Amino acid sequence: MPLFSQLYNFAHWLTQDRSEAEDLVQETYVKALRGFSGFQQGTNFRAWMYRILRNTFLTSRSGSKASATRPLEEEDQEQLPATEETPESIFIASSQKEMLQNALAELPVPFREILLLCDFEEMSYQEISDTLGIPAGTVMSRLSRARRALRLTLSKKLKV
Amino acid sequence: MADEFTSKLDAYLDGELAAADMKALDAHVRACPACAADVLGRVQMKRAIKTASQRYEPRSEFRAKIERRLKPRAGFPKMFRAWAYAAAVACLLFVVAVAYNYYQRERLAGERLASEIVDLHVAALADPNPVQVPSSDRHTVKPWFQGKIPFTFDLPELQNTGFTLLGGRLTYLDQTAGAELIYQVRKHYISVFIFPQQSSGQTTDLAAKSKHAAFSLQSFTHQGLRYVLISDTGDSDLGRLSDLLKSAQRE
Repeated sequence: MPLFSQLYNFAHWLTQDRSEAEDLVQETYVKALRGFSGFQQGTNFRAWMYRILRNTFLTSRSGSKASATRPLEEEDQEQLPATEETPESIFIASSQKEMLQNALAELPVPFREILLLCDFEEMSYQEISDTLGIPAGTVMSRLSRARRALRLTLSKKLKV
Repeated sequence: MADEFTSKLDAYLDGELAAADMKALDAHVRACPACAADVLGRVQMKRAIKTASQRYEPRSEFRAKIERRLKPRAGFPKMFRAWAYAAAVACLLFVVAVAYNYYQRERLAGERLASEIVDLHVAALADPNPVQVPSSDRHTVKPWFQGKIPFTFDLPELQNTGFTLLGGRLTYLDQTAGAELIYQVRKHYISVFIFPQQSSGQTTDLAAKSKHAAFSLQSFTHQGLRYVLISDTGDSDLGRLSDLLKSAQRE
């Protein structure tokens, strides 16, 4: 099955629950199979699959809960504190992979998913734009904010 | 650190800058220690996120479940069962049809053979000379067939049996030469036909006892020869003569 492991990993990151992730992946494949005739040959299959998964997640119980708890407005110029220190270097030195995983898990879903799509799936901005259904410019700004949010979360964890 | 470049660092590292911007930023990073340090940190973070993101593996049972569920032949077993059932019924009908056809052909062939035998019997009796070798002596009749038919046979001793051998004649059935012996019991005539069992047109077995055109027929085979007895007398006479003929072959 194409993309099975990656989709499951992404689904688990979104839902933070094995059972819900499995339901999500299963529903994604069922929908993809049912709607495969609607897939335009030559367009990005990976983005198409991730889009189905993400839309399914957003319409699910946990998905609506996640998006309701942290609505994300692109225009909301939330001022993340400037991080003069270099959490990356401290973090890398300590090699605390688990801490990074926890920090990622704590991020709001829109930040978490865009970081996964960009840095794990190595999607281009255009692919991310297709997957999330947002303009490419928004991809760039949201990515920037997601990274700053992650750095902030890590900084807090390192101070504890 | 130049803010102009800092805002573009993410896109730079994600490979999303236009070629000209990429070149300009490359040149700046080489010249600016602060931006170089920032780039290094971001690169390390990107790599760390990639490693940390690979966190969850699907269970093999789950993978198997999805594969089963998504097989294009998901409806196959049910459909297959219907097809298998239809195929089994079709096979059964075919076998029944073949068997019925075989039975019908055998029955018709048997009837045709019996009809031929009746014709030969009636034709012989209607002939002014029913026998070509008129003799009641079995040691005269049997040798008469030498060189005329491709087999030989033994005739029974008839003393005190009520049967009289009237003689024999050469006959043909389906282009095969055979012997016809004519016996008399009381006022009834009995024809005994002897043919090779496996000769052309002779593969059909007659029933051991049958009736055709009101004639009684009895048939048996022995040592590759088919014996057919026909008469207007009863089955008991034919049965007794059959036994005598069988006994003669064993002597």
